[in-house]
Amino acid sequence: MSLTKEDILTLLEEVKDPEIPVLSLVDLGVITGVEISDEGHVTVNMTPTFAGCPAMDYMKKDVERTLEKHGISKYTVNMTFDKPWDSNKLTEKGRQHLKEFGLAPPPKYDLILDLDILEHVKCPYCDSEDTTLRTPFGPTLCRSMHYCNNCRQMFEQFKPL
Amino acid sequence: MNELAIKDLLYKLADDELILGHRNSEWTGFGPILEEDIAFSSMAQDKIGHSLAFYTLLNELGEADPDTVAFTRNAEQFHNSQLVELPNGEYDFSLIRHFLYDNAEIVRFEMLSRSSYEPIAKVATKLKGEVKYHVLHANTWIKNLGASTEEAILRLQSSLNEALPYALGMFEPSKYEQELIDAGVYEGEEAVKAEWLKRIQAVLEKTDLKLPDLESIEPKFGGRYGQHTEHLQPLLDEMAEVFKIDPTAEW
Repeated sequence: MSLTKEDILTLLEEVKDPEIPVLSLVDLGVITGVEISDEGHVTVNMTPTFAGCPAMDYMKKDVERTLEKHGISKYTVNMTFDKPWDSNKLTEKGRQHLKEFGLAPPPKYDLILDLDILEHVKCPYCDSEDTTLRTPFGPTLCRSMHYCNNCRQMFEQFKPL
Repeated sequence: MNELAIKDLLYKLADDELILGHRNSEWTGFGPILEEDIAFSSMAQDKIGHSLAFYTLLNELGEADPDTVAFTRNAEQFHNSQLVELPNGEYDFSLIRHFLYDNAEIVRFEMLSRSSYEPIAKVATKLKGEVKYHVLHANTWIKNLGASTEEAILRLQSSLNEALPYALGMFEPSKYEQELIDAGVYEGEEAVKAEWLKRIQAVLEKTDLKLPDLESIEPKFGGRYGQHTEHLQPLLDEMAEVFKIDPTAEW
């Protein structure tokens, strides 16, 4: 059996962000490269969302476990900054899953992120844009806290980066 | 490029982040309001993550692994500026230090993201996005509190006056300064300081705080060369306390 890059990416769909269990690492955008050598050695390159995210090491081990579970014994999983993560790397499917989970997806931006977009984030519960940033720091490094003036609820946003 | 110059640059970046990260973590459980407790704790986590990224680059250049480097050196082997090792003091002092430090850090990272030394450029590109949130946090509070009650303004002004000599110490030139500039690795401390000054002035102008004449202040230099205040060694002892019980433990 010879595996393709697409096969590996399909397997990695199984690996979820431990802090946001609806989101796969592929949809999160942290899998930056998959290579398979002629001898069948699989190399997976990953990059952290936030450099201090304590879940990254766990995710790396989860990738290794998943490869082994599918009978892949020759592999290397690297954590690198070669292709640094930014929130535009979240897939459309990932954004949809975040919203369903009750986390506002990060707005997409062009080239340079202006943090003014943190004001008036769309509420994941009622879609109102009449919201206020309460604090850029939330329960995990990747979340900010907002208040919706329309449905009067606090909500969290996956931070744009 | 002289590898010693690169290492010197990496050590000062990493050590600043590690030590301030540790100080920030001391607010965990003690913040004046819940959001600030979380903010300083989150920034602690970010900064320690940043130090790890730079210690990893040092490790790739042949230095010991990040845990060994972080937990087994003594104060005189640290290259952080004295600003970051000062005790937290009251919230006003921590806030002013955070404001002065992070506005410099983001300038450093922006410049380093254009560095000719690719490994640093990649890490800096990533980290500058995270530090943006730290700067947003600092600037928002300084603008709000710096134009609020008489007590808030007095406290912040006094902390600003106290912190400034140490803040200027952040820009102590390295002995490899010109070499790094010539090689396009780093634009240098003078360039960082000039841009930092513009940015902090722009924020302070929106408050009732006054920036003293910087020419009249003598910078607290020495940190980059291992000369520290009496506050660093106790911090290191506490930080490494658990690690030293069993350095080989798997966490």
